[in-house]
Amino acid sequence: MIADGPSIRLLPRLDLDNEFFWTSGADGRLRFLRCRACESLVHPPAPRCPYCLAGYLSPEPVSGRGILESFTVNYQQWIPGSERYIVGLVSMIEQSDVRLTTNIVGADPKDVEIGMEVEVVFEHQDDVYLPLFRPVERSAK
Amino acid sequence: MTGVVHEEPLEKRSIISGIGQSEVGRKLNRSDIDLTVEAAIRAIEDAGLTRDDIDGLATYPGMGVGTPGFAGPTTPEVQDALRLELNWHDGGGEGPAQIRAVIAACLAVGAGLAKHVLVYRTVTESTAQGEGGRKGIGGSGGGGGGVPRFSGFLQWYLPFGAVSAANWIALVAQRRFHEFGLTREQLAQIALNARRNAGLNENAVYRDPMSLGDYLAARMISTPLCLFDCDAPSDGATAVIVSHRDYAKDARHTPIHVNAVGTGLKGRPSWDQFDDMTSMAARDAAASMWKRTELKPSDVDVAELYDGFSILTMVWLEAMGFCDRGESGPFVEGGDRIALGGSLPLNTAGGQLSGGRLHGFGLLHEAVVQLRGDGGERQVPNNPEVAAVSNGGGPIAGSMLLTARPR
Repeated sequence: MIADGPSIRLLPRLDLDNEFFWTSGADGRLRFLRCRACESLVHPPAPRCPYCLAGYLSPEPVSGRGILESFTVNYQQWIPGSERYIVGLVSMIEQSDVRLTTNIVGADPKDVEIGMEVEVVFEHQDDVYLPLFRPVERSAK
Repeated sequence: MTGVVHEEPLEKRSIISGIGQSEVGRKLNRSDIDLTVEAAIRAIEDAGLTRDDIDGLATYPGMGVGTPGFAGPTTPEVQDALRLELNWHDGGGEGPAQIRAVIAACLAVGAGLAKHVLVYRTVTESTAQGEGGRKGIGGSGGGGGGVPRFSGFLQWYLPFGAVSAANWIALVAQRRFHEFGLTREQLAQIALNARRNAGLNENAVYRDPMSLGDYLAARMISTPLCLFDCDAPSDGATAVIVSHRDYAKDARHTPIHVNAVGTGLKGRPSWDQFDDMTSMAARDAAASMWKRTELKPSDVDVAELYDGFSILTMVWLEAMGFCDRGESGPFVEGGDRIALGGSLPLNTAGGQLSGGRLHGFGLLHEAVVQLRGDGGERQVPNNPEVAAVSNGGGPIAGSMLLTARPR
């Protein structure tokens, strides 16, 4: 059996900088800060654009599509009661140097491959919407 | 400004004059200050000094950092326990990995701030762990009145059950399997080599012989890393005395010269945002070290490369230039090249995987032992003269190049 994640989700503490990110999934969209000057996506949230240093950043929706850069199937029960789950590292299709550590869901580990296309799904926990990723169905490409 | 150094690097004014190690083991039930004082007194004596000669003190990481048993005693506690009168002192968890404290001591000595610096790293993670299993960095969650929330960098990992460095580093390992065709049989050589060498080190934590079959049959922690790819929480203190080279002629044992230090960090300081996840900070630290010396990777006679996880040693082998990027798998294949009699003897006291998780300083201690020729049964043959030491993994890395005579 493979789970979507650990038995207990250790959640982020929301603050002025990260709240938009962790609550973005309320409408089903993934958002990152985008620089209005150079148009770079910026993650994790920063006070100003670390690429051009001159821009102003505001949250903007992205496609939610990404590429799986690496993954691991976790066996060790760091959190008691957990089944095996897949931790993935996903780069965003819009900008490959923006990456999220996440869980890969809806897939058997034997079908998970580096380089596969994935898309965001959200898991709602308390006041947080965790961005998880599932394989993109071939027919939906 | 380029990275070219025109003046003599300041660290070359320093030597390691003394080393000391406390009892090392699992669940010793001794306090961190107790172990630290034991190691410190041994190091001071080994250097041919007395407590009154020590005028500098440094540690990694210092006050209250990390999970229980991780930080060791603070410099004020150690200063007071030994009643040291200090001209310079420093404790901190940020910088070029654990070895940052030694590098800082070298620079302090080179700058004339101190003559003899006691540098220590102490862990009591095994005793702190109690009877339970190894914990993730966020703890096990649950329990009592609600689960804590997390800020800072941990918020990007913990919600997804990536609660241990084992998970973060497993992502590095899996990427290397994919990109370079690394195999478990190749990776196993790091663990098997460590266990073989630990068998010749009576202070090592795990000394029973291990076969490739044992390795391949071990339970998975986080694929592709199995139990034997991970070091085990241990208790122990390591101390070194960093002295000005003027003391070299008076030292009790062969003084070990600091030739260069590696402190660079160019990529983003993050486990998941670093540009090249197959190398990370090791690449930058090692590159900066080689810019500060005339020596070349081919001059290195013995390598003590960080092995908190086996895959990190593979990363360091490439970062240090002992083989090309992506070639560490074939490089260690079969294990002969990295064995005591090979062309690059590696982690000669058993590293952390089998020697015990002394968090970087155990590797430094062993480099000094080897360059002195005091390795006994595990001594690298033909009088090794140059040793490379590295600490850290992922976005954290530091390194040192040591020589048995001035170079």
